[in-house]
Amino acid sequence: MSTTEIDRQWTTRLRRRAAGKLPPEKLLPDTQPTYVASWIYVFGVATLSSLIVVIATGCVLALRGPYWWHGSPYGHFVNSLHLWSVELFFFAMVVHLWGKFFMAAWRGGRSLTWMTGVVTFLASIGAGFTGYVAQTNFDSQWISTQAKDGINSGGVGAYFNPLDLGQMLMWHIVLLPIAAVVLTGLHVLLVRIKGVVPPFDESAEAAQ
Amino acid sequence: MGWLSSFATIFPLNNLGHYLHWHFLLISRSNLIVTILMVATFLAALFLPFPGRRSRKENQ
Ligand code: HEM
Repeated sequence: MSTTEIDRQWTTRLRRRAAGKLPPEKLLPDTQPTYVASWIYVFGVATLSSLIVVIATGCVLALRGPYWWHGSPYGHFVNSLHLWSVELFFFAMVVHLWGKFFMAAWRGGRSLTWMTGVVTFLASIGAGFTGYVAQTNFDSQWISTQAKDGINSGGVGAYFNPLDLGQMLMWHIVLLPIAAVVLTGLHVLLVRIKGVVPPFDESAEAAQ
Repeated sequence: MGWLSSFATIFPLNNLGHYLHWHFLLISRSNLIVTILMVATFLAALFLPFPGRRSRKENQ
Protein backbone atom coordinates (compact mmCIF):
# COMPACT_ATOMS: atom_id res chain seq x y z
CA MET A 1 0.00 0.00 0.00
CA SER A 2 1.33 3.46 -0.85
CA THR A 3 1.64 6.15 1.80
CA THR A 4 -1.10 8.23 0.14
CA GLU A 5 -3.40 5.23 0.33
CA ILE A 6 -2.54 4.81 4.00
CA ASP A 7 -3.19 8.52 4.55
CA ARG A 8 -6.65 8.16 3.03
CA GLN A 9 -7.73 5.21 5.20
CA TRP A 10 -10.52 6.09 7.61
CA THR A 11 -8.60 4.58 10.54
CA THR A 12 -5.62 6.84 9.80
CA ARG A 13 -7.77 9.93 9.38
CA LEU A 14 -9.78 9.22 12.53
CA ARG A 15 -6.65 8.56 14.59
CA ARG A 16 -5.00 11.80 13.44
CA ARG A 17 -8.13 13.82 14.13
CA ALA A 18 -8.58 12.33 17.59
CA ALA A 19 -4.91 12.72 18.50
CA GLY A 20 -4.91 16.31 17.16
CA LYS A 21 -7.99 17.32 19.16
CA LEU A 22 -7.18 15.41 22.30
CA PRO A 23 -3.49 14.61 22.75
CA PRO A 24 -2.80 12.51 25.92
CA GLU A 25 -1.47 15.53 27.87
CA LYS A 26 -4.80 17.30 27.28
CA LEU A 27 -6.87 14.22 28.07
CA LEU A 28 -5.11 13.61 31.39
CA PRO A 29 -3.41 16.91 32.27
CA ASP A 30 -1.00 17.25 35.20
CA THR A 31 -1.59 20.95 35.92
CA GLN A 32 -4.49 23.40 35.63
CA PRO A 33 -4.57 27.22 35.45
CA THR A 34 -4.44 28.85 38.94
CA TYR A 35 -8.04 30.10 38.77
CA VAL A 36 -9.17 26.45 38.88
CA ALA A 37 -8.01 26.34 42.55
CA SER A 38 -11.51 27.20 43.85
CA TRP A 39 -14.19 25.04 45.47
CA ILE A 40 -16.65 25.86 42.70
CA TYR A 41 -14.63 23.69 40.26
CA VAL A 42 -15.01 20.67 42.54
CA PHE A 43 -18.71 20.21 41.83
CA GLY A 44 -18.34 18.74 38.31
CA VAL A 45 -16.21 15.94 39.72
CA ALA A 46 -18.54 15.63 42.76
CA THR A 47 -21.41 15.08 40.30
CA LEU A 48 -19.34 12.52 38.40
CA SER A 49 -18.38 10.66 41.60
CA SER A 50 -21.99 10.48 42.79
CA LEU A 51 -23.04 9.22 39.36
CA ILE A 52 -20.53 6.36 39.71
CA VAL A 53 -22.05 5.38 43.11
CA VAL A 54 -25.57 5.64 41.63
CA ILE A 55 -24.67 3.27 38.78
CA ALA A 56 -22.77 0.81 41.02
CA THR A 57 -25.56 0.55 43.65
CA GLY A 58 -28.17 0.36 40.86
CA CYS A 59 -26.31 -2.67 39.45
CA VAL A 60 -26.46 -4.38 42.87
CA LEU A 61 -30.22 -3.65 43.14
CA ALA A 62 -30.72 -5.08 39.62
CA LEU A 63 -28.89 -8.29 40.56
CA ARG A 64 -30.79 -8.88 43.82
CA GLY A 65 -34.32 -7.72 42.92
CA PRO A 66 -37.25 -6.04 44.74
CA TYR A 67 -37.82 -8.79 47.37
CA TRP A 68 -34.29 -8.21 48.55
CA TRP A 69 -34.32 -4.40 48.57
CA HIS A 70 -37.72 -4.27 50.31
CA GLY A 71 -37.24 -7.18 52.66
CA SER A 72 -33.70 -7.43 54.02
CA PRO A 73 -31.60 -5.00 56.08
CA TYR A 74 -28.71 -5.25 53.62
CA GLY A 75 -31.14 -4.65 50.77
CA HIS A 76 -32.52 -1.58 52.55
CA PHE A 77 -28.98 -0.34 53.01
CA VAL A 78 -28.05 -0.61 49.31
CA ASN A 79 -31.44 0.85 48.35
CA SER A 80 -30.68 3.82 50.63
CA LEU A 81 -27.19 4.20 49.18
CA HIS A 82 -28.82 4.36 45.74
CA LEU A 83 -31.38 6.99 46.83
CA TRP A 84 -28.94 9.18 48.76
CA SER A 85 -26.27 9.11 46.06
CA VAL A 86 -28.98 10.31 43.66
CA GLU A 87 -29.79 13.14 46.10
CA LEU A 88 -26.10 14.04 46.24
CA PHE A 89 -25.84 13.78 42.44
CA PHE A 90 -28.64 16.31 41.88
CA PHE A 91 -27.37 18.56 44.68
CA ALA A 92 -23.86 18.67 43.20
CA MET A 93 -25.19 19.01 39.65
CA VAL A 94 -27.31 22.05 40.57
CA VAL A 95 -24.41 23.80 42.36
CA HIS A 96 -22.21 22.90 39.33
CA LEU A 97 -24.67 24.36 36.86
CA TRP A 98 -25.17 27.54 38.92
CA GLY A 99 -21.39 27.96 38.95
CA LYS A 100 -21.14 27.46 35.18
CA PHE A 101 -24.10 29.77 34.59
CA PHE A 102 -22.64 32.68 36.55
CA MET A 103 -19.21 32.30 34.93
CA ALA A 104 -20.90 32.00 31.50
CA ALA A 105 -18.84 28.87 30.91
CA TRP A 106 -20.28 28.48 27.38
CA ARG A 107 -17.89 31.24 26.22
CA GLY A 108 -15.10 30.53 23.72
CA GLY A 109 -16.73 27.76 21.69
CA ARG A 110 -17.92 25.82 24.71
CA SER A 111 -21.62 25.87 23.79
CA LEU A 112 -21.63 22.12 23.18
CA THR A 113 -20.25 21.54 26.69
CA TRP A 114 -23.12 23.58 28.11
CA MET A 115 -25.71 21.87 25.90
CA THR A 116 -24.52 18.34 26.72
CA GLY A 117 -24.88 19.43 30.37
CA VAL A 118 -28.44 20.62 29.76
CA VAL A 119 -29.45 17.37 28.05
CA THR A 120 -27.78 15.30 30.80
CA PHE A 121 -29.79 17.27 33.35
CA LEU A 122 -33.03 16.50 31.49
CA ALA A 123 -32.12 12.81 31.10
CA SER A 124 -31.32 12.67 34.84
CA ILE A 125 -34.73 14.12 35.74
CA GLY A 126 -36.30 11.38 33.59
CA ALA A 127 -34.12 8.78 35.32
CA GLY A 128 -35.19 10.14 38.73
CA PHE A 129 -38.87 10.04 37.78
CA THR A 130 -38.77 6.50 36.33
CA GLY A 131 -36.82 5.42 39.42
CA TYR A 132 -39.56 6.71 41.72
CA VAL A 133 -42.24 4.83 39.76
CA ALA A 134 -40.10 1.65 39.68
CA GLN A 135 -39.93 1.32 43.48
CA THR A 136 -42.79 -1.26 43.49
CA ASN A 137 -44.49 0.11 46.61
CA PHE A 138 -47.43 2.37 47.50
CA ASP A 139 -45.30 5.45 46.91
CA SER A 140 -44.59 4.44 43.30
CA GLN A 141 -48.28 3.59 42.73
CA TRP A 142 -49.27 7.01 44.00
CA ILE A 143 -46.66 8.83 41.90
CA SER A 144 -47.50 6.94 38.70
CA THR A 145 -51.26 7.45 39.01
CA GLN A 146 -50.72 11.16 39.69
CA ALA A 147 -48.23 11.53 36.84
CA LYS A 148 -50.26 9.73 34.18
CA ASP A 149 -52.69 12.64 33.87
CA GLY A 150 -49.89 15.12 33.35
CA ILE A 151 -48.21 12.89 30.78
CA ASN A 152 -51.54 12.22 29.02
CA SER A 153 -52.35 15.90 28.85
CA GLY A 154 -49.07 16.28 26.97
CA GLY A 155 -50.35 13.69 24.47
CA VAL A 156 -47.45 11.25 24.92
CA GLY A 157 -49.11 8.72 27.24
CA ALA A 158 -49.19 6.06 24.51
CA TYR A 159 -45.41 6.18 24.20
CA PHE A 160 -44.46 6.94 27.78
CA ASN A 161 -46.96 5.35 30.15
CA PRO A 162 -46.18 5.76 33.89
CA LEU A 163 -48.66 2.97 34.71
CA ASP A 164 -46.65 0.46 32.65
CA LEU A 165 -44.13 -0.76 35.21
CA GLY A 166 -42.19 -2.81 32.64
CA GLN A 167 -41.74 0.20 30.38
CA MET A 168 -40.79 2.50 33.27
CA LEU A 169 -38.27 -0.01 34.61
CA MET A 170 -36.66 -0.37 31.16
CA TRP A 171 -36.36 3.40 30.82
CA HIS A 172 -34.88 3.51 34.31
CA ILE A 173 -32.34 0.71 34.06
CA VAL A 174 -31.46 0.68 30.34
CA LEU A 175 -32.24 3.72 28.21
CA LEU A 176 -31.77 6.63 30.63
CA PRO A 177 -28.61 5.30 32.35
CA ILE A 178 -27.04 4.72 28.91
CA ALA A 179 -28.02 8.26 27.89
CA ALA A 180 -26.71 9.79 31.12
CA VAL A 181 -23.40 7.91 30.99
CA VAL A 182 -22.76 8.56 27.28
CA LEU A 183 -23.68 12.25 27.60
CA THR A 184 -21.52 12.63 30.71
CA GLY A 185 -18.61 11.02 28.84
CA LEU A 186 -19.03 13.47 25.94
CA HIS A 187 -19.40 16.37 28.39
CA VAL A 188 -16.15 15.59 30.20
CA LEU A 189 -14.27 14.94 26.90
CA LEU A 190 -15.47 18.34 25.62
CA VAL A 191 -14.18 19.99 28.80
CA ARG A 192 -10.80 18.33 28.21
CA ILE A 193 -10.72 19.32 24.51
CA LYS A 194 -11.55 23.00 25.17
CA GLY A 195 -9.72 23.45 28.48
CA VAL A 196 -11.31 25.16 31.48
CA VAL A 197 -12.92 28.48 30.57
CA PRO A 198 -10.86 31.50 31.78
CA PRO A 199 -12.55 33.96 34.19
CA PHE A 200 -13.92 37.16 32.62
CA ASP A 201 -10.85 39.25 33.44
CA GLU A 202 -8.27 36.60 32.46
CA SER A 203 -6.66 36.55 28.99
CA ALA A 204 -7.51 33.69 26.66
CA GLU A 205 -3.89 32.47 26.64
CA ALA A 206 -4.04 31.80 30.37
CA ALA A 207 -6.58 29.10 29.61
CA GLN A 208 -4.12 26.96 27.69
CA MET B 1 -30.73 -0.14 66.03
CA GLY B 2 -30.56 2.18 69.08
CA TRP B 3 -28.99 5.17 67.38
CA LEU B 4 -31.05 4.54 64.26
CA SER B 5 -34.35 4.93 66.13
CA SER B 6 -33.11 8.11 67.84
CA PHE B 7 -32.23 9.36 64.35
CA ALA B 8 -35.82 8.60 63.35
CA THR B 9 -37.13 10.65 66.30
CA ILE B 10 -35.07 13.65 65.26
CA PHE B 11 -35.88 13.29 61.55
CA PRO B 12 -39.26 11.57 61.29
CA LEU B 13 -39.54 10.42 57.67
CA ASN B 14 -42.59 8.22 58.08
CA ASN B 15 -45.44 10.73 58.34
CA LEU B 16 -47.10 13.29 56.10
CA GLY B 17 -44.81 15.99 54.71
CA HIS B 18 -45.14 19.58 55.87
CA TYR B 19 -45.88 22.19 53.24
CA LEU B 20 -45.27 25.92 53.32
CA HIS B 21 -47.64 28.10 51.40
CA TRP B 22 -47.53 31.77 50.45
CA HIS B 23 -49.95 32.95 47.77
CA PHE B 24 -49.25 30.81 44.70
CA LEU B 25 -45.99 29.39 46.11
CA LEU B 26 -46.24 25.91 47.59
CA ILE B 27 -43.13 24.02 48.68
CA SER B 28 -42.53 21.10 51.00
CA ARG B 29 -40.38 21.87 54.03
CA SER B 30 -37.77 19.30 52.96
CA ASN B 31 -37.48 20.81 49.47
CA LEU B 32 -37.08 24.27 50.99
CA ILE B 33 -34.32 23.00 53.32
CA VAL B 34 -32.48 21.33 50.41
CA THR B 35 -32.77 24.52 48.32
CA ILE B 36 -31.37 26.63 51.17
CA LEU B 37 -28.53 24.12 51.62
CA MET B 38 -27.72 24.30 47.89
CA VAL B 39 -27.57 28.10 47.96
CA ALA B 40 -25.40 27.96 51.12
CA THR B 41 -23.07 25.40 49.49
CA PHE B 42 -22.84 27.56 46.37
CA LEU B 43 -21.89 30.65 48.39
CA ALA B 44 -19.42 28.65 50.50
CA ALA B 45 -17.80 27.29 47.29
CA LEU B 46 -17.34 30.85 46.04
CA PHE B 47 -15.99 32.40 49.23
CA LEU B 48 -14.18 29.70 51.24
CA PRO B 49 -10.44 29.62 50.48
CA PHE B 50 -9.31 26.58 48.52
CA PRO B 51 -6.53 24.65 50.32
CA GLY B 52 -3.12 24.97 48.66
CA ARG B 53 -4.02 27.98 46.57
CA ARG B 54 -1.64 30.38 48.31
CA SER B 55 1.34 28.04 48.29
CA ARG B 56 0.84 27.45 44.59
CA LYS B 57 1.07 31.19 43.97
CA GLU B 58 4.26 31.44 46.02
CA ASN B 59 5.91 28.74 43.93
CA GLN B 60 5.39 30.65 40.71
C1 HEM C 1 -24.10 14.25 34.96
C2 HEM C 1 -24.01 15.53 35.16
C3 HEM C 1 -22.72 16.31 35.01
C4 HEM C 1 -21.43 15.90 35.21
C5 HEM C 1 -20.94 14.53 35.69
C6 HEM C 1 -20.58 17.03 34.90
C7 HEM C 1 -19.19 17.01 34.98
C8 HEM C 1 -18.36 18.06 34.68
C9 HEM C 1 -16.95 18.13 34.95
C10 HEM C 1 -16.14 17.03 35.62
C11 HEM C 1 -16.49 19.33 34.49
C12 HEM C 1 -15.08 19.88 34.60
C13 HEM C 1 -14.80 20.35 36.01
C14 HEM C 1 -15.62 21.55 36.45
O1 HEM C 1 -15.43 22.65 35.91
O2 HEM C 1 -16.47 21.36 37.35
C15 HEM C 1 -17.62 20.02 33.88
C16 HEM C 1 -17.56 21.26 33.26
C17 HEM C 1 -18.66 21.92 32.72
N1 HEM C 1 -20.00 21.63 32.95
FE1 HEM C 1 -20.68 19.89 33.72
N2 HEM C 1 -21.35 18.09 34.50
C18 HEM C 1 -22.68 17.70 34.55
C19 HEM C 1 -23.79 18.48 34.30
C20 HEM C 1 -23.75 19.78 33.79
C21 HEM C 1 -24.89 20.65 33.60
C22 HEM C 1 -26.33 20.28 33.98
C23 HEM C 1 -24.42 21.81 33.05
C24 HEM C 1 -25.17 23.05 32.60
C25 HEM C 1 -26.35 23.03 32.06
C26 HEM C 1 -22.99 21.68 32.89
C27 HEM C 1 -22.15 22.64 32.31
C28 HEM C 1 -20.78 22.58 32.30
C29 HEM C 1 -19.91 23.49 31.58
C30 HEM C 1 -20.37 24.67 30.70
C31 HEM C 1 -18.60 23.07 31.85
C32 HEM C 1 -17.32 23.69 31.26
C33 HEM C 1 -16.67 24.60 32.21
C34 HEM C 1 -15.39 25.16 31.69
O3 HEM C 1 -15.01 25.03 30.52
O4 HEM C 1 -14.75 25.77 32.52
N3 HEM C 1 -22.60 20.44 33.38
N4 HEM C 1 -18.76 19.24 34.03
